[in-house]
Amino acid sequence: MKKTRLTLAAPHGTPTSYITGFVMAVVLTIAAYFTVTRHAFPPTTIVTIIVGLAIAQLLVQLLFFLHMGQESKPRWNLVAFLFMLLVLLIVVVGSLWIMGNLNYNMTQGTPKQINQSITHDEGIQ
Amino acid sequence: MSKHKTARPAPSLAAAPADAAQILSANQTIATTEQTLHDKTTFGFWVYLMTDCVLFAALFATFAVLRNNTFGGPSGRELFDMPFVLAETLILLTSSFTCGLAMLAAHRQNKRLVLALFGITFLLGIAFLTLELTEFTHLVHEGNSWQRSGFLSAFFTLVGTHGAHITAGLLWMLVLLPRVWKRGVTYMTMRRLTLLSLFWHFLDIIWIFIFTIVYLMGVTS
Repeated sequence: MKKTRLTLAAPHGTPTSYITGFVMAVVLTIAAYFTVTRHAFPPTTIVTIIVGLAIAQLLVQLLFFLHMGQESKPRWNLVAFLFMLLVLLIVVVGSLWIMGNLNYNMTQGTPKQINQSITHDEGIQ
Repeated sequence: MSKHKTARPAPSLAAAPADAAQILSANQTIATTEQTLHDKTTFGFWVYLMTDCVLFAALFATFAVLRNNTFGGPSGRELFDMPFVLAETLILLTSSFTCGLAMLAAHRQNKRLVLALFGITFLLGIAFLTLELTEFTHLVHEGNSWQRSGFLSAFFTLVGTHGAHITAGLLWMLVLLPRVWKRGVTYMTMRRLTLLSLFWHFLDIIWIFIFTIVYLMGVTS
């Protein structure tokens, strides 16, 4: 079959940009791994650091591998992504919030004990 | 055919530039149409990926809620083999990288390089899936299957759904790559390769969060 020249728009990335993205992603992954395995910090600090590293890596991969925000206007891909982010936050934060409340209100023993502990915690009388 | 061609009167000198211009504009029309089709298809697939993100968000939320409900069974700290998981992560990350390089080769219509790089991506994907299934069988054999506790149900659902996506991606490569081999990088195969690469990069991003939230946070707290 005869080879037809494609006349599509040029790709967003270059070999250099892919290598940069890859190296950054590997460094971030290994940094997160050693933060956890070395036990150098208290657990809450570790969790904060690794979540930060994960978000950094998300940005690296979105920019260098998926070329987010590099499309021409109107940026529908970006709009769809931001809407997804909104839905994601509602689902995740909402679930944790509601289930955390249920856990607090319903799992501290008999109804009488729950009544007492909530009365105590909320400072009612 | 050739008889017709010879029978046709030779185009006059005055008509020649007009013909050339027509052919040129026809080619341009094809190019714009293909570009539009490419952009539309990519956007449609992107919207699908966003809905898939919402699916994973629901599974992540479920996992986050159930992660401490071990029902007297083992928690992540006792179950997860971290060097093993790090290997899985690096393998998937490398496969995402080779997939990106393959797309650059596709834009240059370098068929052999596309096949070689996607071949590497495929093998790395197989390696990742093998490691994941090894981990799963290991857990099930030790009596820590999804039936053991709420935590393990959520774990298997979340990580298993990701694994199912990886399997789908591998099958997609298995179908698409012979086509690229036969036909080369055409408008059609190019479109499909673009979607496949988006899908593969997306799966790697989901894995970063599985690695962080399920495994790293699992052995921390």
